[in-house]
Amino acid sequence: MSGPKTTEPVLDVRNLTATFGDGELTAVNDVSFTVGSGEVLGLVGESGSGKSVTLRSIIRLVPASGDVSGEVRWQGQNILAMRDAELRGVRGGQISMIFQEPMSALNPVLPVFTQIEENLKAHTDLDGNGRRARARELMDMVGIPDAARRLKEFPHQFSGGMRQRVMIAIALASNPRLLLADEPTTALDVTIQDQILKLILDLRDELSMSVVLVTHDLGVVAATCDRMAVMYAGRIVETGTVSEVFAQPNHAYTRGLLGSVPHAGTERSRLLSIDGTPPPLDRIPPGCAFNPRCEFATDACRATVPPLQDLSPGRSVACFNRDSVVAAGSPV
Amino acid sequence: MTQDVLITAEDIGKHFPLPQGVVSRLSGRPAPAVHALNGVSFQLRRGETLGVVGESGCGKSTLARCLVRLHECDEGRILFEDQDISALSGTARRAFNRRVQMIFQDPFGSLNPRMKVRSILSEALSVHKMRPAADIPARIAELLDLVRLNPDAADRYPHEFSGGQRQRIGIARALAVEPEVLVADELVSALDVSVQAQVVNLLLDLQDKLHLTVVFVAHDLRLVRHISHRVAVMYLGKVVEIGPTEDLFSAPRHPYTKALLDAAPELDPTRRSRTVAARGELPSPINLPQGCLFHTRCPHALDRCRTERPALTPRSPDHEAACHLTEFGNPETTT
Ligand SMILES: Nc1ncnc2c1ncn2[C@@H]1O[C@H](COP(=O)(O)OP(=O)(O)OP(=O)(O)O)[C@@H](O)[C@H]1O
Ligand SMILES: Nc1ncnc2c1ncn2[C@@H]1O[C@H](COP(=O)(O)OP(=O)(O)O)[C@@H](O)[C@H]1O
Ligand code: SF4
Ligand code: SF4
Ligand SMILES: [Mg+2]
Ligand SMILES: [Mg+2]
Repeated sequence: MSGPKTTEPVLDVRNLTATFGDGELTAVNDVSFTVGSGEVLGLVGESGSGKSVTLRSIIRLVPASGDVSGEVRWQGQNILAMRDAELRGVRGGQISMIFQEPMSALNPVLPVFTQIEENLKAHTDLDGNGRRARARELMDMVGIPDAARRLKEFPHQFSGGMRQRVMIAIALASNPRLLLADEPTTALDVTIQDQILKLILDLRDELSMSVVLVTHDLGVVAATCDRMAVMYAGRIVETGTVSEVFAQPNHAYTRGLLGSVPHAGTERSRLLSIDGTPPPLDRIPPGCAFNPRCEFATDACRATVPPLQDLSPGRSVACFNRDSVVAAGSPV
Repeated sequence: MTQDVLITAEDIGKHFPLPQGVVSRLSGRPAPAVHALNGVSFQLRRGETLGVVGESGCGKSTLARCLVRLHECDEGRILFEDQDISALSGTARRAFNRRVQMIFQDPFGSLNPRMKVRSILSEALSVHKMRPAADIPARIAELLDLVRLNPDAADRYPHEFSGGQRQRIGIARALAVEPEVLVADELVSALDVSVQAQVVNLLLDLQDKLHLTVVFVAHDLRLVRHISHRVAVMYLGKVVEIGPTEDLFSAPRHPYTKALLDAAPELDPTRRSRTVAARGELPSPINLPQGCLFHTRCPHALDRCRTERPALTPRSPDHEAACHLTEFGNPETTT
């Protein structure tokens, strides 16, 4: 069992805001969430909703043109206020990150062993022999056969799925307590996606890590995550356990998103689609950002931004008309 | 069962030779090639939507391109109303080009960025002399209405539209010439989920209204299941299973189809599994496995599977699979 709501969260993100271009564009807007010990939190939303910037802001990986404010509480400290030396111990150490396109995150001119070893040097006391042994162990752990030979190879010699395994091996080298995974399977085929997601779950169990999994696929959330947070136009609009949110979406956007995905029983019928498209972040409509697309919108929605309100511990929603949304029922 | 068959693919093959030097000269071997299609056979029936599904590189796009004759097949043949399409020329070829239309995956790349929507549509209309010049403006308005775009869209350029709107323009262009068959390759794959649903709804409406026959090529099983009457599952350039959608999804008769269905994440958090659906990776289409193409990953493989390639054979009404285990997945014999 994971994600008990009563224990202290390992990660506590408070009022995280990230802007670009001297505040002209707000990519992440007042985002708060927690991650429990051993919990897999799914961060879900359509493209441009701010998922990647949120993830990168946690470990201060946004480019210099970006400005991040708020608080990221980690083991009693605020990562956003840490000195660089401290940050280096946390980033890539206690907190590791993997990306959608492993090729761009791996160094193409270094053999895989060297890339794992760099992380082992930075975050462990192992000597040369110890590092070699540990690297082989990590390759086994992520399911890459013939580790001794493959450690000498370069990233381009691996398939897409194997490259993602290499990324995970590098991420695990530092014994992280938290893994940040940004669409780690979006570029992969469905049978390979299935392998990688199940690998992440197995590693979570073995190493009792916590995971934040960014995805645009609600199926991946249903199959993998304990809790979920839905993002729209830079804000979190709903959070809860995956079963709660699927059974009873409280936000109109969450409900529309669930209805947009075909599932058993909808064959050749009209899907509950959402009109229009997500707004560009430099032209977010006033009030609730979703109001021009929302079938439940009322005057209040066009005037005021709905606050994210707690319904119960770990369950929150930002919608003025959630009673109507709940009454309309879950589309799945 | 008599079905009105529009297109028949008979054992078609398509191979792309590799440039020599990329693969170092291999002594004594035949010239290396990517074996994109390796004996694909099926029939497309008038009025149906046939879904074609499989993982990347399995040959879906190559098949789609062969169907509209953007590629010539290297082996086998494709019949359109009993005529071999590779033999069509002159008027007959132009008629084929009009009656079978392809819509591409990339809504950004397939529209000329320097042409307004009006010119894009009127070009399609005039190439096939669909309307007298005087009627073209009215027809353009009608087409935009059909795909639910505003009339003022005619005077804008492709870059002024969102991905979903551009895909509608692509559909309007294909429909301009009043085709009978639409071959849609990953029509909505590049779109966000909420926009995907809009385009899927539009496609279903149009098909009812215009009695279109559709080949819907996609890697997303959920979409294919939603849209298709029948589904063909491809693996390494072969159709390994084909049958009515419900039947195929509820009782898959090929181990690969079963694995694909198990791997696809369903929208139901109560039905989770921690078992990996299929181990291993896709073999290279340059060096195809001997025997059954799936044997390197199949948990049920027998000795025979490593040497003898199974052909598509009937399993239940209208449902075929290519596997030596003819009882695999049979709901009447398995418990
Ligand atoms: N370095 C940057 N400079 C300016 N804008 C940026 C930068 N990085 C991200 N953005 C903008 O921030 C917004 C959110 O980006 P982000 O990548 O977090 O979205 P996402 O939800 O992960 O999208 P996708 O699913 O497409 O990856 C986008 O509008 C993006 O263009
Ligand atoms: N023009 C081409 N030249 C060389 N190889 C090609 C070409 N087009 C496709 N292929 C190869 O053929 C195989 C099938 O490709 P494709 O039909 O595009 O797959 P899918 O659409 O299912 O992803 C792949 O291995 C691909 O790399
Ligand atoms: S706050 Fe209003 S506009 Fe926003 S989702 Fe709720 S009902 Fe719709
Ligand atoms: S023929 Fe053999 S290897 Fe191929 S799918 Fe059937 S059982 Fe598996
Ligand atoms: Mg992203
Ligand atoms: Mg393709």
